[in-house]
Amino acid sequence: MVRINGEDKPLEEPTTLLVYLEQEGYQTNRIAVEKNGEIIPKSCYKETLLHNGDVLEIVSFVGGG
Amino acid sequence: MRFTEREIQEALCERHTAAIQEKLNRGRVAIAGLGGLGSNIAFSLARIGTGHLHLIDFDRVDLTNLNRQQYLMRHVGMFKTDALKEQLLEINPYLDIRTDCVRVSDENVASLFKEDTILCEAFDVPENKAMLVNGILENYRDLIIISASGMAGYGNSNTILSKKITSRFYLCGDGVSDSRKGPGLMAPRVALCAAHQANLAADLIINGTAGDRL
Repeated sequence: MVRINGEDKPLEEPTTLLVYLEQEGYQTNRIAVEKNGEIIPKSCYKETLLHNGDVLEIVSFVGGG
Repeated sequence: MRFTEREIQEALCERHTAAIQEKLNRGRVAIAGLGGLGSNIAFSLARIGTGHLHLIDFDRVDLTNLNRQQYLMRHVGMFKTDALKEQLLEINPYLDIRTDCVRVSDENVASLFKEDTILCEAFDVPENKAMLVNGILENYRDLIIISASGMAGYGNSNTILSKKITSRFYLCGDGVSDSRKGPGLMAPRVALCAAHQANLAADLIINGTAGDRL
């Protein structure tokens, strides 16, 4: 299980952050991702593996200011 | 009517107490984007005497901005940095206000905010918001960013919230109301979100943290 934005999600097999984000339909140029309290640089999405017990915050930005 | 710095300080201390005002005088807040969010954040922080403000925007005031942004007819065509600074100095001429009339990009994000302790992200375009938040969290160790997402439309005041993501990253807004869908940005609801951001900045300046209550 990984905890994403406060909800537990099953993690069926080891997956990278980038694959997970694409599966879930996130637009990667409109988000910021924190894993276990640390920002994940965009350049590392491809190599970052999600592990059981990870806590992620995925913040999506919408237009307006 | 011209007031001395001492008269203004006494007036602020009368409202806020001297202990709090001393902290606000030392506050260093950058505001990136001087539209509906940024201009309102700047007015709030200038009014309470936040000592050091850093205003960043590349754009000029447009007539369509006047539905929600803190500019007047006479400012149309002026750079937002100049139009906003002029007004803030009419509230308090002793504030230290620095302006940068530039577009924030991956190239300058790592150097632009070195003097600041808090940054309010007040951009319009989601890709720019994400670029700034990622750029700050990756390039600075102590700078706190207060970002905003979701404040378009009207009504639903109570869905605008402040949230602590980490000790250096706060997020205000409802998270979903996109300015490109539906009725667009309007003064009352944009000002609500801007007030959340300014209020968080005040809390962080005065108490050093806002996290325990979010």
